[in-house]
Amino acid sequence: MIISLDLLFEAVLFGVLLGCFYAAVSIGLSVSFGLLDVPHVAHPAVMVLGSYCTYLVAGYGLDPILAGVVLMPAFFVLGILIYRFYYEAFERRGSEAGVRGLAFFFGLAFIIEVGLILGFGVDQRSVEAAYIGSSLRLGDYRIPYRMLVAFGVALVLTFALTLYLSRTFTGRAIKAVAQDEPALRLMGANPVRIKQWAFGIATGVSALAGAMLIIVGPVEPAIDRLYIGRTFAVVVLAGLGSMTGTLAAGLILGVAESIVLMFFGASWAPAVAFGLLLLVLGIRPQGLFGR
Amino acid sequence: MKPLLEVRSVSKHFGGFTALSEVSLEIAPGERFGLIGPNGSGKTTLINCISGTLRNESGSIVFDGEELSGLPAYQRTRRGIARSFQVPRPFASMSVLENLLVPYEYVEHLKQADAGKQAMDILRRIGLEDKAGTPSNQLSQVELRKLELARAMAARPRLLISDEAMAGLSGSEVDEVLKILFELNAAGITVIMIEHIMHAVMRFSQRVVCLDAGRIICEGTPESIVANGDVQRAYLGA
Amino acid sequence: MKYWIPAVLLVALAAWLALSGVNEYFFYAAYVVLTFVVLATAWNILGGYAGYVNFGTAAFFGLGAYTATVLFKWLGAPLAVQIAAGAAVSGMLGFGVGLLTLRLRGIFFAIATVAVIFIMETLMINWRYVGGATGLQLLRPEVTAPFESYTRMLFVVMALLAVAAVSVARYIQISWIGRGLRAIRDSEEAAECCGVPTLKLKLFACTVSGALMGAAGAPMPMYLSFIEPASSFNLTYSVSALAMPMIGGTAHWIGPVIGALLLGSIQQVVTVTISNEINVLVVGVLLVLFVVAAPDGVLGLFRRGVSRRK
Repeated sequence: MIISLDLLFEAVLFGVLLGCFYAAVSIGLSVSFGLLDVPHVAHPAVMVLGSYCTYLVAGYGLDPILAGVVLMPAFFVLGILIYRFYYEAFERRGSEAGVRGLAFFFGLAFIIEVGLILGFGVDQRSVEAAYIGSSLRLGDYRIPYRMLVAFGVALVLTFALTLYLSRTFTGRAIKAVAQDEPALRLMGANPVRIKQWAFGIATGVSALAGAMLIIVGPVEPAIDRLYIGRTFAVVVLAGLGSMTGTLAAGLILGVAESIVLMFFGASWAPAVAFGLLLLVLGIRPQGLFGR
Repeated sequence: MKPLLEVRSVSKHFGGFTALSEVSLEIAPGERFGLIGPNGSGKTTLINCISGTLRNESGSIVFDGEELSGLPAYQRTRRGIARSFQVPRPFASMSVLENLLVPYEYVEHLKQADAGKQAMDILRRIGLEDKAGTPSNQLSQVELRKLELARAMAARPRLLISDEAMAGLSGSEVDEVLKILFELNAAGITVIMIEHIMHAVMRFSQRVVCLDAGRIICEGTPESIVANGDVQRAYLGA
Repeated sequence: MKYWIPAVLLVALAAWLALSGVNEYFFYAAYVVLTFVVLATAWNILGGYAGYVNFGTAAFFGLGAYTATVLFKWLGAPLAVQIAAGAAVSGMLGFGVGLLTLRLRGIFFAIATVAVIFIMETLMINWRYVGGATGLQLLRPEVTAPFESYTRMLFVVMALLAVAAVSVARYIQISWIGRGLRAIRDSEEAAECCGVPTLKLKLFACTVSGALMGAAGAPMPMYLSFIEPASSFNLTYSVSALAMPMIGGTAHWIGPVIGALLLGSIQQVVTVTISNEINVLVVGVLLVLFVVAAPDGVLGLFRRGVSRRK
């Protein structure tokens, strides 16, 4: 196998775009798991739910990205409900319950997946837009427009969330609750309400992530299983709670997967995320920028 | 006489926070040693490093001539170091008696029947014998602390570290626990006592060390420690 | 003795049933339910006794199936050898995964076990010798007398494996090993300070658990005359193996058995009368229900009911 520099460059280029996309779909998990310590294995499933909702809303003629944005408030509320339930049923009852909380989210992921199968069938669904299907030509390389759109939205999302967490009062309260909950209580803030709000934001972001998912390619209900690997690989590699780390980790995963895809074929691509995850967990579990 | 435990320049950091900074001390065999200091001074961290629950980043800990670095906690227990936990950590799914069976089976490698007999002996000494069959998650705070001590005793240690075993106990209960610790010491067990109850530390210890912000600020007899200005400042925050 | 007599009787009952005129479909369904008894029991050794919840069942199960396939295709190995090999290889995988991941806390450990599943599946998809993504058809040898069909024979084999698995779990539970695992589950730090070699015990549980799951997977290719990656490494095995002990009760060896018999039978009924998707939905819903409302499972509900009457 000859590694042609041309092909390598194309793989890296595509990988950067893909990586930003992976960062965007993982950033919700960076908040819910990275900052709030919620074992949210159902994060990809919720995102896929967002994809299907985007599909429905876009069916009324709305642009998919717009559809995603429109869905964000509803998913924000959904996030608050999920967290509330999780808190009452598990987190409140102590650490032994934490392990069962994990089982709960696993069960939830399956319920969502099957719900989607029952509602939409197992066939793939996709959306249409002006930027889906055509590509930008840069010299010898063709970059699909939909990837550029995802890239753009991803960057905006990451920066917006990073700014929110560091500049606004609620945002900093969220970071504080991650670092030192008792101190926060002493300051008169209610940690549960803050965590609830944060989880809502993370879920709202997942709606937009779901929109991007269905823009980048067709979705089917079982696709969440693949994204468990990708999102957790990104979040763990980034280091829990680091937003900029998520971008960096996403890029690493994207480029790695793209190179494997280019030179070894699609049948090996699923193992990249999971393999990277195991590698990080084995060698440096705190990730690149972990706390 | 060769010291039983030597702590040489031990340091421990948590991220940017320094919990222990170059702490050194020596404990002679059979000694009754008191460790005091305000909350957050690093007492429990030091105990965690000695017992192996945490790894110190630098320095060394030598027990009976053997370097302990790299040894997991269970190996240190098997070599004769036992500790109780400041916040009791019972094996909640087990009865009081079963809690004691664990160290007997894993440190002494006794069969269940023999372990059971010896465990009942300890329970009698410590006053928990009628609670032997009670699930440990139903015990009162005081009983939990006694269980912590009983479990450490069951490991048949040469060095017993008691981490605030008397917190929350009444006057007579403190005397009870103190009596047990004196008896253990008389039988040859070296005891390190971490306590906030000053009169207990004074009565029990032959030598006392005071820790503050990860450093030893004073070392000596109980009387000299109490009179020491640095110690008073550390506790009262002058 | 109180345990062994019913255990032997159950195996004898299975053999007698297999030789009787009972409807063939019963054996198809019962084989699957018995497989889950083994998987749930195996899961509980690490997940219930030691408290290390893992989602990796599908990896060990699938690897057992593929090990059996390779031995059969390469050496024409008999079933007993296939099962032994499946157990050995999956046991080694359990040991390796444990070595890599047991130092990680809760959720990281669980996610790592999911990763192992997908990596194993990807390896098999890319291995042409075992048929790659499309899978492999297997030509079964003549069924050994006195059994009439493979399904009947495999039913008895799985009944034996189920009794073996439960016996192993029971021994671990009542022995000092079980006490050590429970100590780890209740407070790992305190356990270490009581002399419990936590890593060694956890590795032991991982290895035994993996081996039993591999043994359960080994007869699968013979059962189906076919093997392929997607169904062999299906995440549903992981969810079921976790749900069944949670539903039955994780503290005692009989919990996974109850859960497997209950949920396994429900699954068979639902799959046949409604659909396979609803089947997965039922597993998910029951898991969530029990994990939230009845954390000690059916056993816990039973104990509470008994003590309330007193």
